[in-house]
Amino acid sequence: MRKLLEGSHAVAEAVRLCRPQVVAAYPITPQTHIIERLAQQVADGELAAEFISAESEFGAASLVLGAVAAGAQAFTATASQGLLLMTEVLYNIAGMRLPVVMVCANRALGAPINIFCDHQDSMALRDAGWIQIYVESNQEAVDSLIQAYRLAETCELPVMICMDGFLLTHTFEPVTLPTQSAVDEYLPAFRFSRTLDPARPMTLGGGSEADNYQEYRVAQQEAMENAETVIEAFDAEFSEQFGRSYGGLLQGYRLDGAQTVLLGLGSLMGTVRDVVDTLRDEGEAVGALRLRCFRPFPAQSLVQSLSTAQRIIVLEKAFSVGAGGMVAAEVRAALQQAGIMTPVESVIGGLGGRDLTADVIQAIFQGTTTEPFRVGRFAPDPVEEGGVGHG
Amino acid sequence: MDKRDAFRHNVLTSGHRACSGCGEAMAARMVTDLIGPDAIYINATGCLQVFTTHNQQTAWQAPWIHSVFANAAAVAAGVEAAMRARGKEMPVVVQAGDGGTFDIGLQCLSGMIERGHDVLFVCYDNEAYMNTGVQRSSSTPHGVRTTTSPPGRLSQGKHHLKKDVISIIAAHHLPYAATATIAYFPDLKAKVEKALGIKGPRFLHVLSPCPLGWAHDSALSVTVSRLAVETGLFPLLELEHGDLTGVMRLAEQKPVQEYLRLQGRFKHLFNTKQGMEEVRHLQALADAHIRHYGLLEADTEWDTRRAMHSARHGRGGYAQVTVSAPREVKNGG
Amino acid sequence: MRNEREAVRPCFHEIRFHGRGGQGVVSAAALLALAAFEDGYESQAFPKFGSERRGAPVEAYVRISRKAIRSHNQIYTPDAVVIQDAGLLRSEPLLRGLKSGGLVILNSERRADGGNDEDRNLRWLYIPASRIGERCLGQPLPNTALLGALVAASGWVKLATLEQVVASHLAGKGEEVVKANINAVREGHRFALQEEEVDS
Repeated sequence: MRKLLEGSHAVAEAVRLCRPQVVAAYPITPQTHIIERLAQQVADGELAAEFISAESEFGAASLVLGAVAAGAQAFTATASQGLLLMTEVLYNIAGMRLPVVMVCANRALGAPINIFCDHQDSMALRDAGWIQIYVESNQEAVDSLIQAYRLAETCELPVMICMDGFLLTHTFEPVTLPTQSAVDEYLPAFRFSRTLDPARPMTLGGGSEADNYQEYRVAQQEAMENAETVIEAFDAEFSEQFGRSYGGLLQGYRLDGAQTVLLGLGSLMGTVRDVVDTLRDEGEAVGALRLRCFRPFPAQSLVQSLSTAQRIIVLEKAFSVGAGGMVAAEVRAALQQAGIMTPVESVIGGLGGRDLTADVIQAIFQGTTTEPFRVGRFAPDPVEEGGVGHG
Repeated sequence: MDKRDAFRHNVLTSGHRACSGCGEAMAARMVTDLIGPDAIYINATGCLQVFTTHNQQTAWQAPWIHSVFANAAAVAAGVEAAMRARGKEMPVVVQAGDGGTFDIGLQCLSGMIERGHDVLFVCYDNEAYMNTGVQRSSSTPHGVRTTTSPPGRLSQGKHHLKKDVISIIAAHHLPYAATATIAYFPDLKAKVEKALGIKGPRFLHVLSPCPLGWAHDSALSVTVSRLAVETGLFPLLELEHGDLTGVMRLAEQKPVQEYLRLQGRFKHLFNTKQGMEEVRHLQALADAHIRHYGLLEADTEWDTRRAMHSARHGRGGYAQVTVSAPREVKNGG
Repeated sequence: MRNEREAVRPCFHEIRFHGRGGQGVVSAAALLALAAFEDGYESQAFPKFGSERRGAPVEAYVRISRKAIRSHNQIYTPDAVVIQDAGLLRSEPLLRGLKSGGLVILNSERRADGGNDEDRNLRWLYIPASRIGERCLGQPLPNTALLGALVAASGWVKLATLEQVVASHLAGKGEEVVKANINAVREGHRFALQEEEVDS
């Protein structure tokens, strides 16, 4: 049924439909509404799970690690500082190839402390060995979460659903929640091949040295590469069963004959599609490409989608201080690897909740905002009549 | 079904890489054999993890998991929650060193206990970071030489007192907490068995001498751990719901020097006037334990020697302290 | 350029709510969006993300459209502004970006509270919403009365739908609270219709 729901509540409903047995979390803005709702579901008997209020995000990540290793399907969510506090455990979960699913309600990092949306938190974890899916809408958050459990189990890779803090988590918008029976049909009962069990004693997380350590990482890379196919297949299959598709790894918009492509991640891309429509009406050959899956990085598909573009503008809400936009760098590398030398313009904006409005994106397209930073350009501020700029 | 050799059916089997005379290996062997293979073991990073799971080999004949240094109690809590969710019942046991208990692991440990998880947390305390080459921990007694508390012209070794972790744990009013050491196997056995019979969070603090870090003869690990008890430096206690319910009383108190002189980590203290001051301080600390826990009180019925030979395997060594108002503690998170 | 885009998206309304933490600003926005959704529109509501402390200035936004709403941006050029605390007019630029001919629903007893409308032909509606709240709810909560007024003045959603949404949204708080709030909605609605008559 299609309902108007707050993003956090929609996600909590999706979590409930996936029947996790253990939910562990530590509250942090803007993730709180998700776990509050889950706690209420458990209190009301709507979700038969152990709800554990961890003593920290580090503890929460460790709790879901233990739960999944012991054969239970689990869920956690966090943001920002919480994600960084989890970092050590998140690498560990990936290294042990545990199928953990989590939501990151994307938020800026301190200092200075800032509770609003950007992608610095999850981008900082891009090398942790987690599949990272950046969603554009709350509907996509719901659908991606349901797919994530199957994806994690199939690939034995942990999955992080990245949804924009506030912009999605606190926004009421129409969402169709699948029925329990449809989700049950889609998600088989949880199974993990290396469950801790006295009947089949196994040592998890033991030592490794130079003669074999590298092979573990290679295996992770292979699993990630394989995941690209799985993500695409799952998207197609999901589309068949539920009637909604997000393009799998990438989602293009009006790319036919597009000379300029605006590329980015997350909820920002809704505005970008509005801008593309406006510019197309004005006769500009513009399209948009949304990088839905950042890990694994879909280099091949990306090259295919960008091969005929003459101008590529990458918009991102994070950058590596001292280097520049990570997404832009990886897009450039992928294109060059394929022998395509199309210049890639890197624009960084939307940090700490600064709004990237349609006007801002148009100004970026018009190229009137170049600032002399080697890392790329920074987006201009949104203009408000009769008031201060960004808020 | 179980095809393992019944005569060498140890949870922690031989062939691991512990040092000769390793107190932690002895303690872990004792504890895990008492619990058995039908349990899930969670290990913090540390010596035990390193010497039992070297490079794709394992000495564990039970399901065992290691994640990182600080999180063993939280991983165990997750395992226990999964067991509950899946309707399975078996002991969930954490093994950690003093670093994973007193220091980096304390927050997760406190959270696990506060939430009432059905987990037995065993700390093998060798009073320093031995795995990384003997650096001081908050469990290191004052005056001890470690590589990060070296004695020098201005220093007599570690400056700060050993953290009273059992009191911190007891302050959570958990169902059961106890101290033990490898020198008193019957006592250790009784405590493990008692812990296994209780639901909820339980804590066992096992003093485990480290011949390398303490610089004593490898053959003396048991002797040294017995002296730690007999001097009063490491009292053997039981606490239930935060109340002291048992102490192992001593027939006599041995002077701390008997304990200190066997160990190279205290050797520098005996060379200088300031060092001897630290020795007196250690003696004063032992005396304080004796007074605080009534280890030498006249009405004692049991002493350590008789406890060792008790028909009740050392349980008789415990004078039962009456608890004034037994509390109900809710378990099961 | 903006007008052209308007042409592409007929029946597109943007509403900005202003008030203070504790006045139900975010709830008011959610209720309006819910009512629009029930009326068959696409809608969206979200707060201007800030601290949730009582007394602090709060903003919330609503978009109502015939087409799917893709933008998650804040609202800069609203068609209507609902002001739950007239005192904020002195300290905050509440009318910023309000379209020419736009609607201002102000919680006030006095017309003197109105701000300078900079010749934009704004439609001012003065609703004694705190008084209505006091009378209907027993506390000076202005949000539901102002929603009633907004519905009367704009016609963007049906009054009956708003009432129905208020009833289901507040169902957990008991029948009395539901009834009181629906009364407040109706009073706000009635008051707005009278005001408009006086003005015309």
